[in-house]
Amino acid sequence: MHDTRSDDVILSARGISKQFSGFMAVKDVDLDIRRGSIHGLIGPNGAGKTTCFNLLTKFLQPTAGTITFNGRDITSMTPDGIARLGMVRSFQISAVFAQLTLLENVRIALQRRRGESFDFWRSETVLAANNAAAMERLDEVGLAGMAHLTAGELPYGRKRALEIATTLALEPEMLLLDEPMAGMGHEDIERTAALIRRIAVNRTVLMVEHNLSVVSSLSDRITVLARGQVLAEGDYASISKDPRVIEAYIGVGHD
Amino acid sequence: MTDKTLDTATPRGGMPPLHRAIFVGLLVVFAVAPFVLYPVFLMKILCFALFACAFNLLLGYGGLLSFGHAAYFGGASYVSAHAAKVWGLTPELSVLCGTAAAALLGLVIGSFAIRRQGIYFAMITLAFAQMVFFFSLQAPFTGGEDGIQAIPRRALFGVFNISSDINFYYFVLAVVFAGLLLIYRIIHSPFGQVLKAIRESEPRAISLGYRVNSYKLALFVLSAALAGLAGATKALVFQLASLTDVHWSMSGEVVLMALLGGMNTIFGPIAGAAVVVTMQNYFASFGAWVTVLQGVIFVLGVLLFRQGIVGVIARWLKRPL
Repeated sequence: MHDTRSDDVILSARGISKQFSGFMAVKDVDLDIRRGSIHGLIGPNGAGKTTCFNLLTKFLQPTAGTITFNGRDITSMTPDGIARLGMVRSFQISAVFAQLTLLENVRIALQRRRGESFDFWRSETVLAANNAAAMERLDEVGLAGMAHLTAGELPYGRKRALEIATTLALEPEMLLLDEPMAGMGHEDIERTAALIRRIAVNRTVLMVEHNLSVVSSLSDRITVLARGQVLAEGDYASISKDPRVIEAYIGVGHD
Repeated sequence: MTDKTLDTATPRGGMPPLHRAIFVGLLVVFAVAPFVLYPVFLMKILCFALFACAFNLLLGYGGLLSFGHAAYFGGASYVSAHAAKVWGLTPELSVLCGTAAAALLGLVIGSFAIRRQGIYFAMITLAFAQMVFFFSLQAPFTGGEDGIQAIPRRALFGVFNISSDINFYYFVLAVVFAGLLLIYRIIHSPFGQVLKAIRESEPRAISLGYRVNSYKLALFVLSAALAGLAGATKALVFQLASLTDVHWSMSGEVVLMALLGGMNTIFGPIAGAAVVVTMQNYFASFGAWVTVLQGVIFVLGVLLFRQGIVGVIARWLKRPL
């Protein structure tokens, strides 16, 4: 079934497992992310979502299984290596460079692509050449007016937006978002959802979410994890009717 | 506010006016100081200021506490001494030999040490530094307990006679200031910007595709090389390379200097070095009590002002120093 559309698949996992001293956090998971889609990875607490996410982004090494990105085996690659291939992740706890300005945050991403990052003998003023590109990225997420604030001063929701702007500066083919709406208020959730929809044009997005309603409106396809295994996969309509999902994820007695 | 941010984050002329003023001020003070104070004492301060700044490059800007920087400082002093005495090289070439040796040593030790963090990193650097110490004690060319003595001060570039203390002083001043300016530039370079990012959030830097360990290793090598530059110069100042400079207590002393002056500052380690060297010099008559005094000052410093001398001043001025 998977093989027939394998040319459409950008990221694929086959039988990946992760064992932590006797405990199987992720067990024999198969996953195919279609190019250009927004794919949701959901599950109740302790389902292994974050572990699975860390396996895919290579922040953890799987104990078994293979992962391919664009047909290339990335199972034994480093996390920075896959980032250079065009697969960039975000973090659950917002990861910005707190003492740098917003402009500098985005420039850090631009700087690597331009290959001047080991230049210790040049003045940092040469980085000003990236300012225009960085401002463009900030503008995309509505932060251009705050470019000279330090990132640590931003409210939580805006930090996520900055993180996305920084990620976009790398022009990644694929974005992996780890609970992008975690801990956000209603207004921020809607703003971030709109932002994700916008950046997903011409890109593939895999997002881990705890909250089913957030994923429902965004995702083209959803994979449900429970106890480290794939419980169901499909679009929101079919997932939400699946009795196994209702039992494991939404809980018996939900109406 | 925007002006201030621009001023400190992306200085237009390469260096904010305040920092430029401090560098010029220090240069002027050190240029006239030998007419008032004993030049050898001043050269000792200069060498240790460079050593402490090189060490702090790794601690303050890489977040890596090395407990073995004496290996590069002392190691380079032996190489520079050997180059000047046995190979008959001119001072600038001897110093370069010492610096290169320290960089090489930093590359070897660093490539093991940067794989670990925190206390493990400190312990690995200490273990390697101890190996360098015992090598220095046993190797035939280091002179064992005696060290390498009576190192000649040859003509600079083979032309200029700088054998007198006062002439040699200006050679040392030039070397040390070049080193300090290079450290300043490293901190404020594209490379320094990546280091800042790594220090703020290492996982994020990795996720942006940075080979974090390569940056740490590059910083380690730079720090070791600059510590070596200080040690190589110091050997020519005292015309002596001895076990004191590779001993673990030297590694401890440089930590003291950096923390006392302020590890999150550019100029702190210079102040720290000046204070510690001055204490050792003027309290020398107290004998072993100097160590006790140093300990007391260190404890008071950490308890009363944790940002260090310059860190406290920077806080008053609300400016990074």
